[in-house]
Amino acid sequence: MTALLHVNDLSIGFGKDAPVVDRVSFSVNAGETLALVGESGSGKTLTCRSVLRVLPEAAQLRGGSVQFASQGQTVDLMNLPEKAMRAIRGDRISMIFQEPMRSLSPLHRLGNQVAEVLWLHRNMGRAEAKRVVLEEFREVGFANPEQVWNSYPFEMSGGMRQRAMIAMAMVAKPDLLIADEPTTALDVTTQAQVLGLIRTLQADTGMAVILVTHDLGVVANMAQHVVVMHKGRVMERGLARDILRAPAHPYTAKLFAAAPTIPKVAAPARPSNDQDIILSLKDVSKTYTMRAAGWRKPVAVPACQHIDLQLARGKTLAIVGESGSGKTTCARIAIGAEPPDTGGEVLFRPATGAPPLPVHTMTGTERSAFQRQAQMVFQDPYSSLSPRMRVQEALTEPMEIHGIGSAGDRRDKAAEMLRWVGLSPDMLRRFPHAFSGGQRQRLSIARALTLDPKLLICDEPTSALDVSVQEQILSLLEDIRERANLSYLFISHDLAVVARIADEVAVMRRGVIVEQAAPDTLFYNPQHPYTRALIAAQPEPDISRPIDLDLVAKGAGSPALWPESFRFTGDNPPALREMEPGHMVRCHA
Amino acid sequence: MIFLKYAVWRFFTMLLTLWVVSILVFVIINLPPGDYLSNQIAELRATGQAEGVAKAEFLRHEYALDQPLWKQYMIWAGIAQGPQGYSGLVQGNFGWSFEFDRPVSEIVGSALWMTVLVNLAAVLFVYLIALPLGVLAAAKSETWVDYSAGFLGYLGLATPNFLLALILFYYGHKYFGLPIGGLMAPELEGYPMSWEKVQSVLLHLIVPTFVIGTAGAAAMMQRLRANMLDELGKPYVETAKAKGLAPARLLVKYPLRMAFNPFVADIGNLLPAMVSGSVLVSVVLGLQTIGPYLLTALKSQDQFLAAFILMFVALLTLIGTMISDMLLVLLDPRIRYGARGT
Repeated sequence: MTALLHVNDLSIGFGKDAPVVDRVSFSVNAGETLALVGESGSGKTLTCRSVLRVLPEAAQLRGGSVQFASQGQTVDLMNLPEKAMRAIRGDRISMIFQEPMRSLSPLHRLGNQVAEVLWLHRNMGRAEAKRVVLEEFREVGFANPEQVWNSYPFEMSGGMRQRAMIAMAMVAKPDLLIADEPTTALDVTTQAQVLGLIRTLQADTGMAVILVTHDLGVVANMAQHVVVMHKGRVMERGLARDILRAPAHPYTAKLFAAAPTIPKVAAPARPSNDQDIILSLKDVSKTYTMRAAGWRKPVAVPACQHIDLQLARGKTLAIVGESGSGKTTCARIAIGAEPPDTGGEVLFRPATGAPPLPVHTMTGTERSAFQRQAQMVFQDPYSSLSPRMRVQEALTEPMEIHGIGSAGDRRDKAAEMLRWVGLSPDMLRRFPHAFSGGQRQRLSIARALTLDPKLLICDEPTSALDVSVQEQILSLLEDIRERANLSYLFISHDLAVVARIADEVAVMRRGVIVEQAAPDTLFYNPQHPYTRALIAAQPEPDISRPIDLDLVAKGAGSPALWPESFRFTGDNPPALREMEPGHMVRCHA
Repeated sequence: MIFLKYAVWRFFTMLLTLWVVSILVFVIINLPPGDYLSNQIAELRATGQAEGVAKAEFLRHEYALDQPLWKQYMIWAGIAQGPQGYSGLVQGNFGWSFEFDRPVSEIVGSALWMTVLVNLAAVLFVYLIALPLGVLAAAKSETWVDYSAGFLGYLGLATPNFLLALILFYYGHKYFGLPIGGLMAPELEGYPMSWEKVQSVLLHLIVPTFVIGTAGAAAMMQRLRANMLDELGKPYVETAKAKGLAPARLLVKYPLRMAFNPFVADIGNLLPAMVSGSVLVSVVLGLQTIGPYLLTALKSQDQFLAAFILMFVALLTLIGTMISDMLLVLLDPRIRYGARGT
C-alpha cells in the first residue's frame, strides 16, 4: 500500500540561519492519524504548513519533497505550480488552525465562509452549496444548522467556532486533514468533545489526519502513528502504542515525565483542622453591568456568586474552572483590585494571631502594607513585563514604589531573588526579550518576591508555557513556598496542574463553586458531575484509557441536565453541603 | 429594523450636538469686546455723521444687540421673542449681515452649494486615489510599487497647498488650457443653470479638487496601507489561503473588508478638515465658496454672518460623522450587534 502523503527530507529555514526544520521525513496512510508532537519551536507547525505551502513569506523551502497521492496520481506538492496547488488546498487537503477565535473572519457569516469552499472547488450554485453545508453543520453537531448558517463567529463560543472550522475543513470531503493544535485554545471538556468529533468524522469518511500537538494525552486518544520533533529534527517515529508504552528516545521520555496527570489515589488522608487562616472570602459575589447602547436597559451579569473560601497560612488553595467560570474575578477581588458586591467581605490576616483586616475598607497605611504582603503572578509572561525596562529596573521598581532600602540594597535584593528563581544575577542588565517564556515567568515570580510577600496570587501562571517548562515552574513555586513560608491562591483551568501543587481545590462552574475538597479526596471520590467531567476529559498519555465522552458531555452540559440531585436552573443553585469532613459538594439534600 | 432605530437615535443625538455647537459658536464669536454696530457707531460719531448713528442705533435695537448675551442667543436661535417676534435659525431666518447690508441667506446662498460641491469633489478624489494606492502599496509592500506610492504620498503631504495651486494653475493652463481661478467662467455668473454652466464648473473644479484633496489622500493612503498590513498577518487570512482562494479575491474579500472600517470612519474627520483647510485655498484660488466670506465676517465682527457659516460647517461635520457611523453599522456586524446590546 502506498502512502497517501510522503514527506521526504524536508528542510525549511529563515534567511541565512541554520534550518529550523531539518531533513524531516514521515508518511501518512489513508484513513490513519499521524501525530506530530513537540514543544514550541520544534518546527512541527512549519512542517505541517509546508504540506499546503502556506508558510510565512520569509520562510524558504530548502529541500526535500512532499509526495501526495490523490485520485490515482502522485504529485510532488513542492514543485506544483501555484494554480494547481490552489486546487488542492481546501479540496484534497484541508487545514484546521489553533485559534478558532481569530481564524475565522469576524465580518462574514459562517455559512458564507464554509460554503466558499464549495463555490471554489465544486462549482456549486448557492442553493446546492447551502444544502451541503447545512448537512455538514448537522454532522459536526450543530443542533440548528440554519441558525449557524446566518451567525457570525463572534456570536459563538470557542468550541462552537472550532466546530464550524471543522465543518469548513470537512465540507469538501478531503483526503487529508491537517489539524494544527486544534484544541489547545479550548477548555478541557470542550477539547474532549472536539477530539471525539474529529475521530467520528474520520471513521465516517476514511480521511487521513495529521494532528499537530504538544499534548501526549491527545496523542494517546487520537493517533496510530507518532513523530516526535525537537528543534527541527525528528527524534522518534513509530506506532503510538509502542512509543507511549516505552519511549525509546530520552527526549520523548522527558516529555512524558513532564506531562501533568491526575494522580490515582488510594483512600485519602483526613484533612487537619487546626487552621491559621491568612485569607478568607466571605459570601463574595460580583455582578457586572453590561453597558447598553441608546436607551436600552443595562443587563446585570453575575460573574461569581456567594463564594466562601479560606486559605490557610503556608498552604495552596486552587480555584479550577473553565473560561468564564468566574475564577479570575475571585482572584481580582481577593487582591483588592475590585470590590465585591455589598454583603461580601475579604479578610486578610497579616500574621498568625493578628486581627484580620478587611481588604476593601482598609486605611491608606494598611492598604500600602497589604499591597506589599500580597503579590500577583500573571498568566502571560510576554505581556506582563515591560519590554522597555531592564530586568534590574523591573525587579527594583516595586521596592522603589514602597521606598524600601537604598539603591544598593534594592540591587542586592533583586540579585538574590534572581538566584532564588534559578537565574543568574548577571542577567540584571538584560531586557526581557532576551529570555524564553519559562525564564520570563521566573522573572515575574522574582519580581513578585522582591517585597517579601506573604501571599501570592497566581493567575494561570503556567498555562502559556510548554509542558516541560510548566513542570519546572511548578517545582519552583513549590520550592519557594517552603522556603519563604508563602501562601498561594492558585487559579487554573487545569486539574492536573492543580493536583500537584494544591492543598485544597475549589471547582467553579458558571460563577459558583460546585465542589471543594483536598485534591486527594477530590480525585478519589469526585461527587459532582462537573468535577467528574473535568477529570474524565483530561487526556491521559495512555492508549488504554481513552476519554469517556459520555461522562464529559453529561457533566459539562447545562446545569439543567445534571442528575436530579445536582440539577438547577437559572441563578438559584442548591447550597454547598459537606458530604464528609472537608469535602463540600453543591447538591440538593 | 435595528438599523432604522439606530438611525433615528443617531439623528436625535446629532440635533442635540448641533444645539450645543450653536451655543459655543455664539459665545465664542461674542468673546471679543464690542460688536460690528458699536464699532460703526463709534466711527460715525468720530466723523460726525448723526443720521448714520441713528440708523446704526436702530439696527442695534432691531437685532437685539442691546440685550444681555443669553437673550441675544435665544433670539438668534429663534427660541425667544425678539423685536420681530419669533424669527431665528429655527424659523429659517439666518440674520442680517451688517458688513454687506443684506440678509445672510442672500449672501451665502449660492456659495453654500459651491462649498458642498467643492468639498464633495475633494472627498471623492481622496477616496478614489487612496483606496487603490493604499491596497496596492500593502499588497506589494516593500517593492517599488509600495515605495513609489509612498513617495507620491509624502510629496502630496509636504507640498503647501497654495504652492501646489500656483504650480497646477501655471502648468494646467500652459499644457491643457485649464482655466485659472474661480469656479465658473465669469460671463456665466449670475445666470441660471445650463449645460454650458455645468461644463464650465466641472472644468474649473479640477485644480481646486486636486489641491484640497492631495494631502488628505496621502494621509488616508498611508493609514489604509498600515491597516491592511496589520490585517494581512491575521490567522483568518491564512485560513482563506488554505481554502484555496486566489490571492486577488482573497485580498478583497477578507483583509480589505476589515481594513475598511477606519477608512469609513474617517469620512467624519475628513469633511471639517477639508472645509476649514479650503478656506485659505478658496481665497488664493478665488473660489466663490463660503471660505472668503467667513474670513471677512470674522475680521469685521459681522457676527450673524460668521455664526451662520460656522454653524453650517458644524452641520457638514455632523452629517459626515452620522453617515460614517451608519455605514459602519451596515458594514460591521460586530458594531451592529454591539448596538443591539447582545
